[in-house]
Amino acid sequence: MNRRLLPRLLLTPAMATLFLWMIVPLVMTIYFSLIRYNLMQPDQTGFAGLENFEYFVTDPSFGTAVVNTILLLGSVILITVVFGIAIALLINEPFAGRGIVRVLLISPFFVMPTVNALMWKNMMMNPIYGVLAQVWMFFGAQPVDWLTDHPLFSVIVMVSWQWLPFATLIFMTALQSMNHEQLEASRMDGANYLQQLRYLYVPHLARSVAVVVMIELIFLLSIFAEIYTTTGGGPGDASTNVTFLIFKQALLNFDAGVASAGALFAVLLANIAAVFLIRMVGKNLDK
Amino acid sequence: MTTTKRRRSNYPLGLLALRTVAAWGVALLLFFPLGWLFLTAFKTELQAIAVPPQLFFIPTLENFHEVQERSDYLLYAKNSVITSVVSTLVGLMLAAPAAYAMAFFKGKYTKDILMWMLSTKMMPAVGALVPIYVLAQKSHLLDTQLALIIVFALSNLPIMVWMLYSHFKDIPREILEAARMDGATLWQEVRLVLLPLGMGGLASTGLLCLVLSWNEAFWSLNLSAAKAGTLATLIASYSSPEGLFWAKLSAASLMAIAPIVVFGWFSQKQLVQGLTFGAVK
Repeated sequence: MNRRLLPRLLLTPAMATLFLWMIVPLVMTIYFSLIRYNLMQPDQTGFAGLENFEYFVTDPSFGTAVVNTILLLGSVILITVVFGIAIALLINEPFAGRGIVRVLLISPFFVMPTVNALMWKNMMMNPIYGVLAQVWMFFGAQPVDWLTDHPLFSVIVMVSWQWLPFATLIFMTALQSMNHEQLEASRMDGANYLQQLRYLYVPHLARSVAVVVMIELIFLLSIFAEIYTTTGGGPGDASTNVTFLIFKQALLNFDAGVASAGALFAVLLANIAAVFLIRMVGKNLDK
Repeated sequence: MTTTKRRRSNYPLGLLALRTVAAWGVALLLFFPLGWLFLTAFKTELQAIAVPPQLFFIPTLENFHEVQERSDYLLYAKNSVITSVVSTLVGLMLAAPAAYAMAFFKGKYTKDILMWMLSTKMMPAVGALVPIYVLAQKSHLLDTQLALIIVFALSNLPIMVWMLYSHFKDIPREILEAARMDGATLWQEVRLVLLPLGMGGLASTGLLCLVLSWNEAFWSLNLSAAKAGTLATLIASYSSPEGLFWAKLSAASLMAIAPIVVFGWFSQKQLVQGLTFGAVK
């Protein structure tokens, strides 16, 4: 077969479906965002101009949702990278039961977000019967009502718990390819552990940090289930992120027009992040 | 210099003990919520909320029966298995040819295509929520397995192409070219050379997508309900504050995650290698 035709033929199905998957919803979203489209008020139709955008952006919840999204993203990425590297370094050398430790560490990654959320909400964070409350009481402290008093922090804890194993294992895999002769040489030259960390381990891990940040960014921008099943975005808007705000507009207020305007905003937000990150990581992956 | 010379073999014993204790401590701490969930699933409702928490008790299987009776666990489990397996297969069938084409017939635009594919994954699912919901409604696909299969396959497609691409790229082109020189047809080349060499990549890509689809919650919660609902939606239905049924909640949760967690334990190495897009060796 023609050597130029074949690759195109093979590429077409994936590209075509992906293109449709991207462009059809996008065009529809743009259209919906410009009309009056509330499922509860079918009599109100017609061109709305930028009303929907104005409504979404001037919604008092909007600013909070943007800040929450960024806080959630930033905190989880920071926590998983820092602790991930620490744990990876800890289990990098052989010790008794290393295999079991690995299995225990990776397990949270396979837990579905709804289970993760309900488990933390009830068994861990319940202010009366939860394990954390029991621990607090054991030390004579007043138990904390996590989901009411620190809702965003609670969500950060759940999401970090889920993604820490992923980061740890990526860093572990990277550490295994460290150049042992180089480490040995540095030791002979009298480098202490901190110096090795600073000049050998951390630079070696730069690339895996890029991978972790990119993949977590993709998945964390649209955190939904953890919020839906625990705080429901509340109290107030305290744990509402942009994804959840749009969901509220679409399926709770039945306002498809405003939800679409919000969705376009979310796409914009994601693209800003993507432009920076994909470029950076893309370069990194090319080597 | 000789005084500071230390070899690996005389790694201090105290340090090793410290490392062992610390590693086990961290691992048990992080695993604790899951272990606790496991224990609670075998408690009675009263034991589940006992103060102080009970570590030793007589296990009961009562909760598992009740979960099945109350919400037909098997139906949801079946939906989960079908949607995740079929969407993974569909995804692989779309992604593998594309990855093959890009890895072995690198063109001027290959990199741009890859970047574009990944960028579609950056578009948050919620951006497509209203249109997809409307489309599903108009075509009577709301609450069907088919809708979930299509959505899962498409939303995983960019990642699948990337993973397969990075695996295929590591296969030396010369081997494929040699096969071609020897007069192998395309089908023979794929079946006898590419498939055996790329099996690891296909497996880890498939595994990862299976896990992602099984655990997917956004689309399942929004597009499916009583008929096509997956285990993720079943569990979410337990979030309503109708009293403290922790033992039953734990049993249902355990039944929902056990298959995929055990599956993950066995395939963890493959999975992690796959997820790094081959960038971390």
